[in-house]
Amino acid sequence: MLIDSGSPGAVGTIGITLTINGERRTLQVAPWTTLLDLLRERLDLTGTKKGCDHGQCGACTVLVNGTRINSCLTLAVMKDGAEITTVEGLAGLAQREGKNSLHPIQEAFVEHDAFQCGYCTPGQLCSSVGLINEGHAKTRDEIREAMSGNICRCGAYTNIVDAIEEVMQQGDAR
Amino acid sequence: MNRFDYVRPSTVAEAVQALGSDPAARFIAGGTNLIDLMKYDVERPGKLIDITRLPLDKIEEREGGLRIGALVTNATLAYDARIRERYPLLADAILAGASAQLRNAASTGGNLLQRTRCYYFYDTATPCNKREPGSGCSAIGGVDRIHAILGTSDKCIATHPSDMCVALAALEAVVQVSGPQGDRSIPFAEFHRLPGDEPSKDTNLAPGEIVLAIDLPAKGFGGTHHTYLKLRDRLSYAFALVSVAAALELDGQTIRTARLALGGVAHKPWRNTDAEALLQGKPATRETFKAAADLILREAKPQATNGFKIELARRAIVRGLEQAAAGTPQSQSDKRIQ
Repeated sequence: MLIDSGSPGAVGTIGITLTINGERRTLQVAPWTTLLDLLRERLDLTGTKKGCDHGQCGACTVLVNGTRINSCLTLAVMKDGAEITTVEGLAGLAQREGKNSLHPIQEAFVEHDAFQCGYCTPGQLCSSVGLINEGHAKTRDEIREAMSGNICRCGAYTNIVDAIEEVMQQGDAR
Repeated sequence: MNRFDYVRPSTVAEAVQALGSDPAARFIAGGTNLIDLMKYDVERPGKLIDITRLPLDKIEEREGGLRIGALVTNATLAYDARIRERYPLLADAILAGASAQLRNAASTGGNLLQRTRCYYFYDTATPCNKREPGSGCSAIGGVDRIHAILGTSDKCIATHPSDMCVALAALEAVVQVSGPQGDRSIPFAEFHRLPGDEPSKDTNLAPGEIVLAIDLPAKGFGGTHHTYLKLRDRLSYAFALVSVAAALELDGQTIRTARLALGGVAHKPWRNTDAEALLQGKPATRETFKAAADLILREAKPQATNGFKIELARRAIVRGLEQAAAGTPQSQSDKRIQ
């Protein structure tokens, strides 16, 4: 057995290590803490949003080892050892590539007016980076389909697709 | 969410031992369905067994077919080059379901074991025989739009929500499981159950068993004579009202082999081998397809308000078989139905 929390009910009994936005952190977490709640409530990384908390809206989307997932449907303890990137870390990804700026997808969202209220935007941005890294979507139809897990109640979808398409054409994902 | 014990085994034997005969213990892999159910208090496990470190994440060649480890994610499976080339129906069905984020997390084994999305199963304030045996069924006479029209009982009219499983039923996959009594194989048709008098049981997995892998047979219906046609209330990221997995082998315009399974209409992926036998040797025409649809839906039974699904299923079967015969599989991104 790699880990056994012992008797249930004891809070903070499991030690995990996560690399969050490039920073390695050792944490004690209760097993029922979602990755989303860990980020927001414990680590003050409130860029990642809690929308529905049931995997239906995509506002909580983060990158785990470069792959986009819903952080609300993930227990933090299960991601022990993983590398997490939240919206706060996207610019850092770009800076790692030697750019002293926002991430290209962030710049494209600004350029294309791809948000209104902004609540879904952190999830849209992380999802977009995940989509581009996956490399499966090529056409506008495919981008729309691959972004269907991110709801935007302001209806900025057209401009979001424009922004993603532009970054994709620049070949500038990470 | 309730509090629970958490263990992380490194071997299948440890995992099976950790589960033991504890009815309150649950395996967790992707977590996309279980954690959701825990947030609604539908599931209140006393112990979670995190199986994500078990060595079950490979897709391997086996007897001309493929063995898919239970921990292979839905996304990895759908985009695997061997799956896309040799089992395109499976790839299409997976991509018809959920969202990219969920497919990145959800496991193959978990997809089989996901629970129904019946509103009343999720709502702990209402009776539900699946959630609480003997309490009654709120869906019968309730809001039944997403409920079953085939294989229902007076105890439960829930549907199995998976798209992937509809394709696996059509492809005659085999589920490999392990448990206290050792390993065994379960043909896909026998894996999921009809509700009958025990709707709390979704599958024929025995207590203490774990899904290790899904085997795909050598015959995969590669090429273009297949389709996964999914009809739903919005174009993406919604469960099927009706879906059709169809695959054909043709000699000219004559059907040599047909496979046909439906989703969204029953407590399990609905495959009718009589309808497949009816198609065999017949010309691939609309009349033939209508006859198969009639045979399948002869035993369909509408609930108070979901009778539309019978006609929807009839037309979906005919259109799905037409797409398969024409070699024009339904696109999962351009949603126009040709």
